[in-house]
Amino acid sequence: MSANPTQTVPHVRKLPTRSKAGRRVIREKIFAHTILIIVGLLFLAPFIWLVITSLKTENEIFTVPIKWWPDELQWKNYSDAISMIPFVKYTLNTILIALLSILGVVIITPMVAYGFSRIDFKGRNFLFFIMMGTIMLPFQVTMIPIYVMFNKMNLINSIWPLVLSSWFGTGIAYNVFLVRQFFMGIPHELSESAKIDGASEFRIYTQIIMPLAKPAVLTIGLFTFLGAWGDFQGPLIYLNDPEKWTLSIGLKQFLRENRVAWGPLMAAATLFTIPIVILYFFVQRKFIEGISITGMK
Amino acid sequence: MAATTLQSESKRRARKRLYTGLLFISPWLFGLLVFQLLPIMTSLYYSLTDFNLFGSPEWVGVDNFVALAHDKKMYLSLYNTIFITIFGLFPQIAFALVIALLLNRDVKGKSLYRTIYFLPTLVPAIAGSLLWMWLLNAQYGLINEVLGYLHLPAPNWLLDPKWTKPSLILMGFWGTGTTTIMYLAALQDVPKLYYEAASIDGASPWQKFWNITFPAISPMTLFLVIMGLIGSFQYFSQGYIFADGNGQAIGGPENSILFYAIYLYQTAFSFLKMGYASAMAWVLFVIVFILTIIVFKTSAKWVYYGGEK
Repeated sequence: MSANPTQTVPHVRKLPTRSKAGRRVIREKIFAHTILIIVGLLFLAPFIWLVITSLKTENEIFTVPIKWWPDELQWKNYSDAISMIPFVKYTLNTILIALLSILGVVIITPMVAYGFSRIDFKGRNFLFFIMMGTIMLPFQVTMIPIYVMFNKMNLINSIWPLVLSSWFGTGIAYNVFLVRQFFMGIPHELSESAKIDGASEFRIYTQIIMPLAKPAVLTIGLFTFLGAWGDFQGPLIYLNDPEKWTLSIGLKQFLRENRVAWGPLMAAATLFTIPIVILYFFVQRKFIEGISITGMK
Repeated sequence: MAATTLQSESKRRARKRLYTGLLFISPWLFGLLVFQLLPIMTSLYYSLTDFNLFGSPEWVGVDNFVALAHDKKMYLSLYNTIFITIFGLFPQIAFALVIALLLNRDVKGKSLYRTIYFLPTLVPAIAGSLLWMWLLNAQYGLINEVLGYLHLPAPNWLLDPKWTKPSLILMGFWGTGTTTIMYLAALQDVPKLYYEAASIDGASPWQKFWNITFPAISPMTLFLVIMGLIGSFQYFSQGYIFADGNGQAIGGPENSILFYAIYLYQTAFSFLKMGYASAMAWVLFVIVFILTIIVFKTSAKWVYYGGEK
């Protein structure tokens, strides 16, 4: 992965620009850049419009022709966004669910992945096949019985259906697959020599493999956070009590009134999105690698 | 003698490995049992009952499935789902491939482009959908403003039943960054040697794509198509929000964005017809399963695994 853009420069210069082939290469580069820039701008425009709208007055939002830039930046929309709905409470609810989900996932997943990659037991491949097969099972098939189960346990309107589903639901298959790929890359000699010294599997797991597994664990932690943060369908099903809502569901409250308060709503949407974007810039490579391996987001 | 003790010793070790292995994967086994196998069985049972969540399920045999076969609303939701699969999923995969191909030419600023294409996939469904509803607003939206400048017709994206599905599909293109990154990873694994050899033979870029690139990345295409199909038939959040955010009932204008998973959700949690919804879930499962099998069967014709060809 040559992410460093400067690396390609000498390659271009080396070609004799006046030759036919050299000119073709340059023409192709210009063509590629033109398309990439146009599409890139189209991809960025919604973000820019989100932030601009979040800084406009209501009159500026509802004008024809469009007003490209507000006369005065309306930071008030941001304070309105936080006060119009219980924004802080929803944020804390969301964070709590995300943190508990991550905690369980990073404990459970490496254990299961270890069993599936570094212990050679009978029936392992069959069980692994079953696990990957569960990815095909639509969420809707298990949705109702699991809802009924949590209903019987009186856990509707609590965080537990969401947290427990993140630990034990279908998502585990992606996580295990990712960590298993990582574990299979660790040389077997490492555990063999420990075994000769009389170390148990559990000891090898905690003392040798886990310390090496930090990058993979970080990746699944990230994906779990992302999933919990943006989840819409789960909270919609399990959280009816407005006290328990997450940001995903809470944002709908801006739509409840007769007229949508687009300014504060866009401010709230910005606040909701920014933590993830910041996170992405810190751990970009983890994201890209994780997606390349499992295809999940 | 020595041989038998060795044998029993290796058997003992195998058994120990089995127990240790099962112990390590036990959280998953628990999940498989409680969150998958039992619910699957229960769901199958519910699908044969009348069940409103509060009473106990009443056996009705295959009545739910018979009623489902005559349910016009179900067929409409299925049509809507197939519509966004054909006109959304496949063009979006093709689009992601084109972007990945361009990025794979080692263009300058590749990581910046990659970041820009990937960012939208990070936006939570609710934030992204509401933002797009604002962009698509017929009167004040940015998109119709730009279309106006270009002297193009400005459709009523969110309220005209003809345009609601295209609206969602358009938004879907914005979220293709994950697919692009996966294609990019696959493209980077294609040996450069192939292209060099083809260049010496005087192959055109078009020929190189169809004879080298496309076959080499076809396993990734297969994976994306299958995962995309499974996801597309469960399409929910964006469709739900597009109706709800407009102050419309579930399903949107004339039920034009009533997708299968949304109708199923409505049946279960608005109408509290858990038995009927379970029957719907099983029909969904069978459809997804059959489609996956079909894609796999055809894949023998267009998917090449390294070394075979």
